[in-house]
Amino acid sequence: MSAIRLEHLTKKYEVDGQTVVALDDVSLSIDSGEIYGIIGMSGAGKSTLVRSVNFIEKPTEGRVLIDDVELAGLSEGELRKKRSEIGMIFQSFNLLEQRNVLSNVCFPLEIAGVKKKEAKEKARKLLKMVGLEDKEKAYPSQLSGGQKQRVAIARALATNPEILLCDEATSALDPKTTDSILALLKDINSRLGITIAVITHQMSVVKKICDRVAVIDKGRLVEEDTVEKLFETGEILEIFNNSGLAAAGGE
Amino acid sequence: MAEKLGFDILLKGNNLTRLFAGMGVALRISVISVVISLGLGLVLGTFLSMKKPVLNAVFSVYLNIVRFMPQLVLLFIVYFGATKAMSINLEAEPAAVIVFSFWGIAEMADLVRAALISIPVGQYESSMALGLNTLQTYVYVIIPQAIRRLIPQSINLVTRMIKTTSLVMMIGIVEVLKVGQQIIEAGRKTSPNAAFGVFATVFLMYFLVCWPISLISKKLEKKWENGYG
Repeated sequence: MSAIRLEHLTKKYEVDGQTVVALDDVSLSIDSGEIYGIIGMSGAGKSTLVRSVNFIEKPTEGRVLIDDVELAGLSEGELRKKRSEIGMIFQSFNLLEQRNVLSNVCFPLEIAGVKKKEAKEKARKLLKMVGLEDKEKAYPSQLSGGQKQRVAIARALATNPEILLCDEATSALDPKTTDSILALLKDINSRLGITIAVITHQMSVVKKICDRVAVIDKGRLVEEDTVEKLFETGEILEIFNNSGLAAAGGE
Repeated sequence: MAEKLGFDILLKGNNLTRLFAGMGVALRISVISVVISLGLGLVLGTFLSMKKPVLNAVFSVYLNIVRFMPQLVLLFIVYFGATKAMSINLEAEPAAVIVFSFWGIAEMADLVRAALISIPVGQYESSMALGLNTLQTYVYVIIPQAIRRLIPQSINLVTRMIKTTSLVMMIGIVEVLKVGQQIIEAGRKTSPNAAFGVFATVFLMYFLVCWPISLISKKLEKKWENGYG
């Protein structure tokens, strides 16, 4: 069953009277429980693509289906509930600076109306899973980038989502920290069976954790295949070179 | 010594009590205006950060009027001008509160607007991703983080408002400065040196009001720098 299905997504913006096409007829489907990579250069449209999945950006045309439910058909309230069932982490972490680590992880639970005590218990479990059980009293400003992303992951998992969206989640981190975060994502995927969509411009990220990958260029889906196949045949390099994406091929 | 510097006059009759009462008037006007300004400024600034073209255009005219118009002229316009032109009977104190709030709301709203738009767009996006509605986004995510950026400048605004209330004597309000003048004039013969002592005391009173406010601001800044920022 597909957890996420995107059908003929097109997104257009009006910028200074000119129409910019960020997404151009993109269709793809992500199976339940897989780690799916979406790779492309900055400006290729992959951020718009991932924001369409939880309707932070509403596509101009096309359909988004989460577990076969079409998002466009939901009311605002239903949509917010759906969003809370889809975890998302960002390049810039986006933690609440005024709250400590534990309170950051509790936050989505508080919003969902979970009792304080239960929320704390749940948050402590999650912090243990991401390896930060000893940091619950620290504030985000006292953490390293990798630690902040771990908090963000714990927060994203607090509401038991079945889908986790990662928008350039490792792009602000050094290679070693990147590896540890990727290992954590892989662990979460295999332990909790959460479907993960990974947006990145780093080929190494795709290679390390993704099952399948889509290549996005200039708003279009130019290739989609299993990671093994794309890397085995060197096809991905070819695609990258052809679309002038060689620069994105490295770290 | 006390006589030479003119402090002695403060101990004559009920002069010191009168000065304190005058300071009370100044503070009453300040506190009411500051509360109105901070409250409404916060609301208006929040709307401004949403970048509605018409609202922002109107606001920019309003802000420029407040910025370029001397507070004294505003006081005169409202107290002498508006009462005549619109034939409404406005007491001096409410007129002063209106002028100071008119000023404070504009500046506060602009500070709030700037603080809110300085919050990275990612914070709005992640709030949406967590399933928050607009009100929750502002209440739990944006405003708490914006307030930290707001503290230094809004404290500056508050102290500026407090000290500028000394202008209200020009529309006939007997506040601390006016009381000071009255004391000096009444004692012209017996204490010819009173001016220094009285005005120095007025200065001290303003200082003792504004200084703690500024200390609190410093303390908060320091706390957030270590703990949160």
